[in-house]
Amino acid sequence: MAAHLSYGRVNLNVLREAVRRELREFLDKCAGSKAIVWDEYLTGPFGLIAQYSLLKEHEVEKMFTLKGSRLPAADVKNIIFFVRPRLELMDIIAENVLSEDRRGPARDFHILFVPRRSLLCEQRLKDLGVLGSFIHREEYSLDLIPFDGDLLSMESEGAFKQVANMMIRMKREFTGSQNSIFPVFDNLLLLDRNVDLLTPLATQLTYEGLIDEIYGIQNSYVKLPPEKFAPKKQGDGGKDLPTEAKKLQLNSAEELYAEIRDKNFNAVGSVLSKKAKVISAAFEERHNAKTVGEIKQFVSQLPHMQAARGSLANHTSIAELIKDVTTSEDFFDKLTVEQEFMSGIDTDKVNSYVEECIAQKHPLIKVLRLVCLQSVCNSGLKQKVLDYYKREILQTYGYEHILTLHNLEKAGLLKPQLGGRNNYPTIRKTLRLWMDDVNEQNPTDISYVYSGYAPLSVRLAQLLSRPGWRSIEEVLRILPGPHFEERQPLPTGLQKKRQPGENRITLIFFLGGVTFAEIAALRFLSQLEDGGTEYVIATTKLMNGASWIESLMEKPF
Amino acid sequence: MNRTKGDEEEYWNSSKFKAFTFDDEDDELSQLKESKRAVNSLRDFVDDDDDDDLERVSWGGEPVGSISWSIKETAGTSVSNHEGREQLKSRNSFSSYAPLPKPTSTYSLSSFFRGRTRPGSFQSLSDALSDTPAKSYAPELGRPKGEYRDYSNDWSPSDTVRRLRKGKVCSLERFRSLQDKLQLLEEAVSMHDGNVITAVLIFLKRTLSKEILFRELEVRQVALRHLIHFLKEIGDQKLLLDLFRFLDRTEELALSHYREHLNIQDPEKRKEFLKTCIGLPFSAEDSAHIQDHYTLLERQIIIEANDRHLEAAGQTEMFRKHPRKASILNMPLVTTLFYSCFYHYTEAEGTFSSPVNLKKTFKIPDKQYVLTALAARAKLRAWHDVDALFTTKNWLGYTKKRAPIGFHRVVEILHKNSAPVQSSVFYGSENDKSEVPLPTDITGVCQSGGRCGHKVELSHQVQVP
Repeated sequence: MAAHLSYGRVNLNVLREAVRRELREFLDKCAGSKAIVWDEYLTGPFGLIAQYSLLKEHEVEKMFTLKGSRLPAADVKNIIFFVRPRLELMDIIAENVLSEDRRGPARDFHILFVPRRSLLCEQRLKDLGVLGSFIHREEYSLDLIPFDGDLLSMESEGAFKQVANMMIRMKREFTGSQNSIFPVFDNLLLLDRNVDLLTPLATQLTYEGLIDEIYGIQNSYVKLPPEKFAPKKQGDGGKDLPTEAKKLQLNSAEELYAEIRDKNFNAVGSVLSKKAKVISAAFEERHNAKTVGEIKQFVSQLPHMQAARGSLANHTSIAELIKDVTTSEDFFDKLTVEQEFMSGIDTDKVNSYVEECIAQKHPLIKVLRLVCLQSVCNSGLKQKVLDYYKREILQTYGYEHILTLHNLEKAGLLKPQLGGRNNYPTIRKTLRLWMDDVNEQNPTDISYVYSGYAPLSVRLAQLLSRPGWRSIEEVLRILPGPHFEERQPLPTGLQKKRQPGENRITLIFFLGGVTFAEIAALRFLSQLEDGGTEYVIATTKLMNGASWIESLMEKPF
Repeated sequence: MNRTKGDEEEYWNSSKFKAFTFDDEDDELSQLKESKRAVNSLRDFVDDDDDDDLERVSWGGEPVGSISWSIKETAGTSVSNHEGREQLKSRNSFSSYAPLPKPTSTYSLSSFFRGRTRPGSFQSLSDALSDTPAKSYAPELGRPKGEYRDYSNDWSPSDTVRRLRKGKVCSLERFRSLQDKLQLLEEAVSMHDGNVITAVLIFLKRTLSKEILFRELEVRQVALRHLIHFLKEIGDQKLLLDLFRFLDRTEELALSHYREHLNIQDPEKRKEFLKTCIGLPFSAEDSAHIQDHYTLLERQIIIEANDRHLEAAGQTEMFRKHPRKASILNMPLVTTLFYSCFYHYTEAEGTFSSPVNLKKTFKIPDKQYVLTALAARAKLRAWHDVDALFTTKNWLGYTKKRAPIGFHRVVEILHKNSAPVQSSVFYGSENDKSEVPLPTDITGVCQSGGRCGHKVELSHQVQVP
């Protein structure tokens, strides 16, 4: 049972158990001892579903990563490849199969495609002459992985359109089905990333958002520089400093993390110091314990207190690391420019800070994020400004980035302004995207996640719930893409009897990725007293501005 | 369980707790003291075990018991399985999930997220059908004969497509007429399943002429997208370019062609390839950039050959004092300019490697040029050159120092290279000359100078040792 999945209104543990069961079934199908050869990309997501112990129970004795040439020796009856349906991986698998040592004991081969099979891949295996070698060829539809009590992600790299189609198909099938299943969700909201290209470009300012921006969170894990986490032992003199990165798991099973993850970073410090006082006081309690009963009680609470203290130590270190970044001059300058753009200031001129970044050859991703942000906040850049930026970028970072810039234009992130109209101010004003009087410590509005900017996507969700989208019809017409509402009538017997005061549950599916800051904003809405709606979030991928832009960059030589 | 009286006595008397007797010195209070001592000593315990509470992490930073950990663990161990298993048992200390009993109800959330029922179990297969190329059995390649049991010859397009989606055997050969094929495609598209659409497209690609295929796909955006993706995946560059040409998506055509240069490692070959890109239907600005890219690489090849020769000969002071760390090939333009200002600063305009030549050829604006030259000369601590950069003679013959860039940038670069500058500095716009004494520590100026866009005049008294 994964504790962190049971906290939400919807018990996502059910989903996780179903997925685990399928895995077990497949493993048992390949009877006998086994070795799994892993597509490295999958080890992360799988780690959210099962640990090695589960696999061991089903006679998995060895685990290897997928590599060329020959498979390592292993005294197992079955070799199972766990792979994504990618052509280049098929080539490696074929190599493995073909260089199998005939003199050794014969091994059975199987493939598990995650999340689905692919005709192309099977054709490739056939072309390479190895398709017949596989006994079991199946797909493991690990489509939506539960990350937390209210969060699911596909961790899919680009199946954007496919997902939209999948959801539509699913919805249609569900409507047509005759089974009397209690729908768990009251509403389903599909949000295409194209509707809100702005939000991921801005630097996130929540605690979890900043961890992701600076260090990158992969499958709920983060790798951190180890210096601050070395245990301080007397007399050591710091000579045995660990060199490997410190890897931490981050989810709501950790009490303290659940409390601070969605807060604006500036509000985290006070929580940590308060916590430190509480924990110290709790440890001091032992002096007050007089009776056997009291001591016994103290001792029984010790593990919990130890855990709390360890947790506090970790997050204090992380907060220090983040603070080093956020208090730097460059971070401040960058944030100032971002906020200028988002509040609509000077988005039609070449920005001097951006120019300087290019001149000093700051990382290209940083530069691209800023110019794209400017472009989105201006409904496209004036041709002269765009040409100027493009030239500076190509001359400084290399001409091959013509391709990168073209990809960005196709994605709508960096393009010329058509028709001379800038729609952004209208959108900004109508949806109140920029809030001057933001309260970071005790927020009253979702704009706290970016210290002033309310994520457009979340604002749309908020308005859909109350008072409904009819109030913003005009703005919706300006935003890219069609929108429609569909009601699914329920037979009266199945209509969920809602208790007074109970909130509706909305599943909000982000097609194209979602950021931690947006998740924080939705959680904020969920816990509002008069909100009326609670959200479960699903997405094709968890992302941030850097990973997003990077996926659109041409890889050099 | 039966107990004899003797057993019972033993049982009662073998408790680890001392019985209370009046003889004991230790009354309740002292017992408490003992427990307190135990609790207090726990503190040291606690401190030592600081790392141990939440999670066990192996040396490699991976959480113990996780998949990535287990890969490292099991891959290493050699032949003896039994031994390996024992080792793993002792180290894998947490979270063993008891296997769940099979659930009785079929309802689960997972049914929400799976769009279709999964096909039946797959039996072991024989590759009997892999030698018959003529027929197209998509998508199953080599399915056992048992699965053909319900095979029939006259499924409608929609039936066929549905079978394809379920992963069952299907022959598409019977769709002979163009009409039939298009209907099949339409059904596939309405299925919204990428695999099915691609399967149908492969069939159409094989059985239709290029022109007809392109013509039909031109008006079917979804199928077209899938075909483009498919062609990219299998690397059929030729057909892809034909397609773009047909669709008149000329810019994409040009970019697709240009992209190939990234796969060419040899500089000469890459240069030749870039030459073929010039004149392709790029946008006006991009055409200029492509031309520049070619010219730049052409120059770099010449410079690189020359400089490598000079460096090897060992006669040139510049290369002896500052040996090159990398080749200049394929570097961006600004980097090349920096290199040129570093190693070839004094050369006349006539040579390919002179900075002035680069500036002229690529129309590098003054601002960019001065900044780059400044950075290069400052790195070499060639202060006279730095000085000269800001000196211009006006028409009266008086020298005046001007910088077409912000003063703070100049100071930053100088400071980074530890330039000791002592003198007064005229700071501000032309009309408003206010004198700001420059302290020996330039950082002070940076802070008070702040950011400005004003042109700066350095007094001619700038003295640099």
